Amino acid sequence: MSGRAFWSQVKEIARKDLLIEGRAGEALFITIPFGAVALMLIPLAIGTDKPLLAQVGPGMFLAVALLFGMLIAFRQTAADTPPQKELLTLLGTDPAAQFVGRMAASTLLLLIFEAVLAPVTVILYNPGRIPRWPWLLLVMFLLALGLALVGTLAGSVTAGLRTRNTLTPLLVAPLSMPLLLASAQVVEALRKEASILLWITLLATMNLTIAVIGVVTARPLEESSR
Amino acid sequence: MPVLRGIDLRIDPGEVVGIVGPNGSGKSTLLRILATLLRPTDGSVSVLGSRTGSEGILAARSGIALLGHHPGLWGELTLEENLTFVARMAGASTDGVAAALEQVGLGGAKQRRADHSSHGMQRRVEFARVLLIKPQLLLLDEAHAGLDRAAQMLVNVTVSDVRRRGGAVVLVSHEPDRMLPLVDRTYHLDGGTLLSNGQAP
Repeated sequence: MSGRAFWSQVKEIARKDLLIEGRAGEALFITIPFGAVALMLIPLAIGTDKPLLAQVGPGMFLAVALLFGMLIAFRQTAADTPPQKELLTLLGTDPAAQFVGRMAASTLLLLIFEAVLAPVTVILYNPGRIPRWPWLLLVMFLLALGLALVGTLAGSVTAGLRTRNTLTPLLVAPLSMPLLLASAQVVEALRKEASILLWITLLATMNLTIAVIGVVTARPLEESSR
Repeated sequence: MPVLRGIDLRIDPGEVVGIVGPNGSGKSTLLRILATLLRPTDGSVSVLGSRTGSEGILAARSGIALLGHHPGLWGELTLEENLTFVARMAGASTDGVAAALEQVGLGGAKQRRADHSSHGMQRRVEFARVLLIKPQLLLLDEAHAGLDRAAQMLVNVTVSDVRRRGGAVVLVSHEPDRMLPLVDRTYHLDGGTLLSNGQAP
């Protein structure tokens, strides 16, 4: 398959997934409001302890982004039924293009999720001005990309398994923990005005590794899921 | 326990072959093997010049269409969007989408979501897909099931279209009456074994 045909398939898969999500509203109308509600729970529990809220705010944002973000990355509307999978196979769809397209759609949805959650966090927790805060935008992007990659890879591995719903969290949890830890460490390093290079490199390396694994294993996983 | 045993079958371009047999005789399994979606545990299968398991089969797959019991449609997409997606994924032109939907009698329902459409309408979209992507090998599993009389005519139209273009068609059914007028040869499959050797109907 030529590079142009590959990227054309990636674009079509991503467009289809976003169109379906836009109509089903699983991520945008269900997960995002619940994520915002989850962010409200801690201020309700802590009360008016403003320094404590400011301290835990970024961590709460990352935890909610991780927990609810996985629901977006592993949403039901992104899972194809057996007839749909067979149709894609017989249309000559490259499984790697499916992986990249699905991951791209999930990344966009996760970025929207984070973009809604970030101002909610600022309003509820008032974390104050974090030095060099524009770096946080890169962290948010790398976190969204990482969650999308982990969710899409877990979806590929468990496709066609009866134990899919049980097995997926077991796969996702260990892979997503380094993303959460590295993101939290970047925030902490920014606050202390320390170097963030190590943690940004860790996030980027982890994303790249999962991306390579996802692309390379896409075809064997697709073949074995039938 | 093997589902199919001792199958020796050759289908040439332009041929329409029927396979009849009772439920559980292995018809759908045979069809899925021909579609390269299942790999036989023993023996070999060559489809459109490529052997199953080889690199060439990946390219050959785009010349195969399988119409099974459940339509491969995305419920949240409209009938037109489903066909447009299929055309783009297959690298085909989307110019013929509207015409294909007209041809199967769905011109007025193209903006309807697939999950808001009846099973019969969804099956019609499948036939529109075949007319649009023009496969070289068409595999029909119980093609007439769940279709009204008008839609059943679509089976004939679609089979004729593929045959006219030099493609091959395999129809499987446990009700041979509606299938026999369309086929050049018929095989009887029972217990995973072909009992007859491609008789003319």
